[in-house]
Amino acid sequence: MIRLTNLSKTFGTGPRAVQALKNVNLHVPRGQIHGVIGLSGAGKSTLIRCVNLLERPTTGTVEVDGQELTGLAGPALNQARHRIGMIFQHFNLLTSRTVFDNVALPLELMGVKGTEIKERVTPLLELVGLADKAKQYPAQLSGGQKQRVAIARALASRPQVLLCDEATSALDPQTTTSILELLQDINQKLGLTILLITHEMEVVKTICHRVGLISGGELVEEADVGDFFTSPRTALGRHFLNDFLELEPPRELIDRLEPQAGEHTHPVVRLAFSGDAVSTPLISRLARECGVDVSILQAKVESIQERTLGLMIAELMGGADDTRRALDYLQAHDLTVEVLGHVQRDV
Amino acid sequence: MSSAMFNLILEATLDTLYMVAVSGILSALVGIPLGVLLYVTRPGQILAQPVLQSVLGIVTNIGRSIPFIILMVAIIPFTRMLVGSSIGTNAAAVPLTIAAIPFIARLVEGALNEISPGLVEAAQSMGATPWQIISKVLLPEARGGIFTALTVTAVTLVSYSAMAGAVGGGGLGDLGIRYGYNRFNPTIMLITVAILVVMVQVFQSLGDYLVRKSNHK
Repeated sequence: MIRLTNLSKTFGTGPRAVQALKNVNLHVPRGQIHGVIGLSGAGKSTLIRCVNLLERPTTGTVEVDGQELTGLAGPALNQARHRIGMIFQHFNLLTSRTVFDNVALPLELMGVKGTEIKERVTPLLELVGLADKAKQYPAQLSGGQKQRVAIARALASRPQVLLCDEATSALDPQTTTSILELLQDINQKLGLTILLITHEMEVVKTICHRVGLISGGELVEEADVGDFFTSPRTALGRHFLNDFLELEPPRELIDRLEPQAGEHTHPVVRLAFSGDAVSTPLISRLARECGVDVSILQAKVESIQERTLGLMIAELMGGADDTRRALDYLQAHDLTVEVLGHVQRDV
Repeated sequence: MSSAMFNLILEATLDTLYMVAVSGILSALVGIPLGVLLYVTRPGQILAQPVLQSVLGIVTNIGRSIPFIILMVAIIPFTRMLVGSSIGTNAAAVPLTIAAIPFIARLVEGALNEISPGLVEAAQSMGATPWQIISKVLLPEARGGIFTALTVTAVTLVSYSAMAGAVGGGGLGDLGIRYGYNRFNPTIMLITVAILVVMVQVFQSLGDYLVRKSNHK
């Protein structure tokens, strides 16, 4: 539905030029919710703004629903934009218009007539749960309500694609959840393809099917959300994940961690298991079959969409041979093992 | 006060109102579009035309930097060509209009500048044409600011029109100078000033009301 090919964007020229996007390739199939996550300044905003050409890419092509957009300008581009809805971090509602008239705006722009406007706006306000606020002005609404109006407005032209530019970043956690539920609802009811950018893992975890990680203008990692949460492939991915899960070894342990195994050390590992591994009594088997004791320092179970994800930081206590066997045993099963370091055995 | 005097004051008041109304309406008709043009042709704006923008900017600044009293005298040939005379209320309305156009234009430009760029961006993402952005986003969103601009302009025109009166434009300024000053009639002077004060108050209150009504922020 959305296909970005070799997309690059450079701001400015000469020595002061800044390359905001470097050769980005991205494909979002119809009906999918695709998240792009990155730190601020990574280029995610530029990326999403290139999709509807608010920002014109320097090189590369943008294809939405089979139509190449970068070659378009003027009326043809405006026509194409009617099929791409967009919502923003700061809602961008017109203060001079009521809720109803804000939602009607894209229809007016398309030249839809008055009676049809009413027929189309009313169900949209019902969809976002704001039918009773039709005559109010945005200033009278809460942040979450404003974003609902913005969503209704973005849907008014019956787009096939919805772009969400940090749509929940200005909202509190509870409101964020309700907006995400609404987006998911729309995705399922209307089959809308959604591309969203965010810096919040919570957003990715809650509604995305696939996620891309952007850093320095490059898409450095892309995976199904379940896979990303169990085994991110890049350091940045792990950083995001650990930050989100708050699963770091205790402070005093970090201070004692040594990178190399010594004669009298125990490995400290981070285990992530999903699928069948979650329900297998791995730890007790580890103790029985490899003869090591397992000291669990931290553990939690997360539900990532339909998948269950278990996470644990543990110290494997035993002789050098036993712990090596234990690591092999863990790796042979369906789980991700990361050796964080080694600690001196208590004498 | 004699009825002759009363008629004189009434006539002068109506003359002033006429000058302010004519020059106010005409300058708004030109000044608002000019202000919009100054804004939308800025670099990075929806109809970016940097060269046109700087030319318009310079012309506007020149218009704003000429003292009104000089402008009035300097354009007498133009005024005569336009209305056939260089004295009277119609003749005074010409320099008043010309002085008010750049004034309004800059104020309108400033009002547009207050609009969040995100709103324009949102309209663009909906496929709005530049004209639709102007008519459906910029002007409605700046309505309060534009009313403020028109109020300030009307008040300024009242005071400028008094200056125009001094050189044969008619109106309250003319009355105040001729009767109040030249003939040492403090009553007339006082009445003239009082009427001008009331006039400004009314314009300001009306303007404030319109600003309040159009502001939903």
